[in-house]
Amino acid sequence: MSAADNSVHVQVLHDHNEAGHGSLKGYVTGFVCSVILTAVPFWLVMAHVFENTQVTAFLIMGLAVIQIVVHMVYFLHMNTQSEGGWTMLALIFTLVLVAIAIMGSLWIMYHLNANMQVMSVHDMGSMP
Amino acid sequence: MFSNLDLQKLIFGRLSLEAIPYHEPILLATFAGVGVGGAALLGALTYFRLWGYLWKEWFTSVDHKKIGIMYMVLALVMLLRGFADALMMRTQQSIAFGDNNGFLPPHHYDQVFTAHGVIMIFFMAMPFVTGLMNFVVPLQIGARDVAFPFLNNFSFWMTVGGAVTVMASLFVGEFARTGWLAFPPLSEAAYSPGVGVDYYIWSLQVAGIGTLLSGINLIATIVKMRAPGMTMMKMPVFCWTSLCTNVLIVASFPVLTAVLALLSLDRYVGTNFFTNDLGGNPMMYFNLIWVWGHPEVYILILPAFGIFSEVTSTFCGKRLFGYASMVYATVVITILSYLVWLHHFFTMGSGASVNSFFGITTMIISIPTGAKIFNWLFTMYRGRIRFELPMMWTVAFMFTFTIGGMTGVLLAVPPADFMLHNSLFLVAHFHNVIIGGVFFGVMAGISYWFPKAFGFKLDPFWGKMSFWFWVVGFYFAFMPLYVLGLMGVTRRLNHFDDPNLQIWFVTAAFGALLIAAGIGSFLMQLFVSVRNREALRDTTGDPWNGRTLEWSTSSPPPEYNFAFTPMIHDLDAWSDMKQRGYVRPVHGYRSIHMPKSTGAGVIIAGLCTVFGLAMIWYIWWLAALSLLGALVATIVHTFNYDRDFTIPDYEVVRVEDRRTRALLAKV
Repeated sequence: MSAADNSVHVQVLHDHNEAGHGSLKGYVTGFVCSVILTAVPFWLVMAHVFENTQVTAFLIMGLAVIQIVVHMVYFLHMNTQSEGGWTMLALIFTLVLVAIAIMGSLWIMYHLNANMQVMSVHDMGSMP
Repeated sequence: MFSNLDLQKLIFGRLSLEAIPYHEPILLATFAGVGVGGAALLGALTYFRLWGYLWKEWFTSVDHKKIGIMYMVLALVMLLRGFADALMMRTQQSIAFGDNNGFLPPHHYDQVFTAHGVIMIFFMAMPFVTGLMNFVVPLQIGARDVAFPFLNNFSFWMTVGGAVTVMASLFVGEFARTGWLAFPPLSEAAYSPGVGVDYYIWSLQVAGIGTLLSGINLIATIVKMRAPGMTMMKMPVFCWTSLCTNVLIVASFPVLTAVLALLSLDRYVGTNFFTNDLGGNPMMYFNLIWVWGHPEVYILILPAFGIFSEVTSTFCGKRLFGYASMVYATVVITILSYLVWLHHFFTMGSGASVNSFFGITTMIISIPTGAKIFNWLFTMYRGRIRFELPMMWTVAFMFTFTIGGMTGVLLAVPPADFMLHNSLFLVAHFHNVIIGGVFFGVMAGISYWFPKAFGFKLDPFWGKMSFWFWVVGFYFAFMPLYVLGLMGVTRRLNHFDDPNLQIWFVTAAFGALLIAAGIGSFLMQLFVSVRNREALRDTTGDPWNGRTLEWSTSSPPPEYNFAFTPMIHDLDAWSDMKQRGYVRPVHGYRSIHMPKSTGAGVIIAGLCTVFGLAMIWYIWWLAALSLLGALVATIVHTFNYDRDFTIPDYEVVRVEDRRTRALLAKV
């Protein structure tokens, strides 16, 4: 009963507001998806589903990325058209910068690791 | 359990009378000077009953013009502080040879160069640039204020809070002795146990929130509030460079906040992110802080590029050559500035592939920058150049910045960088681009927009004095550092053994004195201009025959900027309107809806500053109380629905009629 009332209310708001604040259905979908995407990683860890922990780690990170997308679509109401494309442009720009910063840092730190290992006296003697 | 609890520690944390550096004569004299000067200022404000006026008209104002001007005042004050540090360093280095140890002991000298760097970047250059953007951008796009007026006021007071924290370190406790980026492991609790690094961390955290919020604010303003008809490609170049700068701020300042937060965790709760042992890695700090640090350089220089573009096209009486290429160059620089950060630590130990990748991207970034220089040159070519003060700064910039750019490309070559890293060559290079680029740009911007802000021009004689002292002083101060750097002299030294070097340092100190004369002339220029303001009065609102919208309104602009929202048909909108014989409407004014002043910004930012100071001194009860206070004040402010008011139509008519009469009297 009250859920139906709310839905009507939200719908009315939505009709009056061109920017779009989503619908009850949208929020529920987003919420359910988020709960599932959070519960699955817990289950993966607690039930030791995979022998290899690396597989688990990568799966959890993958699910986290999907969860980010769910939040953006259902809670932040982002799509390719909103705000005349500005939100999409900002998103792409952010993704590019985040990718540069993370991949660059990993590359740099990995390289340092290879070049800055603790050396034995013997190794130092053979340095150029 | 509570028997051996120290009451004094509980109340004052680490703060005690020992924290006041009364054993240092230099600091004591400064303290006395500041105390007497400050008391005189406060006394004068009270005597002339200016507190109410300042509070009502300025401190609580959400008017972007007033906030812009307050940013400029803050930057000017901090310039004087930062330059005093520079003079002390130049003096120390020119006398500390052989048996003479100079007048600054190492622990004080280290604080001085750290404070100089932090203040000049965060509290001089940033407020100057933010202030100019705040003042100019809404006027250039035909808006009545920024997108979030209250947030703008709050951002300003957060910046002030950070500046106050740095200044407090001069008289209570000490500042960091780590260099301006506080690299670990030196900045860790094990090697810097005092309050210095904590002062550094909290002043930057408090000011950083202000910078980030003002970045969001200006992006929203530029994207959403342009006058009808002003498409992105009809926007003045200064707005474009401001947009890109603020995008960089929003994208990069969270990295600084995060990395300083990690350092705070190391120092306060004993984590090991950047320590030498227990799995910590100081190199990650270098990496992360330069992910912020390199874009920061472009955050400062891009608005300066915008100012030079506006000045060049105005004073050559021409449309800017290659507007589209200017815009694309700006955008390309914005993205490339994220791909070069490793060039700040080529020598840290990455292999050849990493170093060559970042070396090449660094060299690539000089291409769009070079394209901009050519655009300005081609704008000047066959233009009717008026060598007024803003144009003089622009020409000086083009010479000076080109030299700085060339030494930058030299430093971008990794093998060369291995020789020049941490040398005075590097110091000369970044002063060359920051003074020759950012600061000359700010000076061009001040002399260009001053009449718009205050309604009278700046005195040209003292302006030219300031210009020549600055430019000549710059070359005297920094060219010797290039030479010393090539000889292998490293930075941040407070004593030298080789007497052959002294002549170069004395020359550099002489240059610093010339710059001091330049700053003095600038202050003199302000004083003389205010005294002669009636003779220098600008009644037209368009003293330079300008080309962009800010010159279409009166000087100073009315509170609402534009009585009617302008319609834009072309790039250089005001020039286009003048050519098409625009006639200013003199009736049909309507009431105008405006945001209302509020003291919430001052209060919340003040509480945040107290929180920072309490954290520095481990006064936990005060920290908890002020943080709670800031949260409560914020929540209370969200329930304040009385945020706007309407300027009645008769008031608009009164203001506009006064302008009409002034314009007629001029003719």
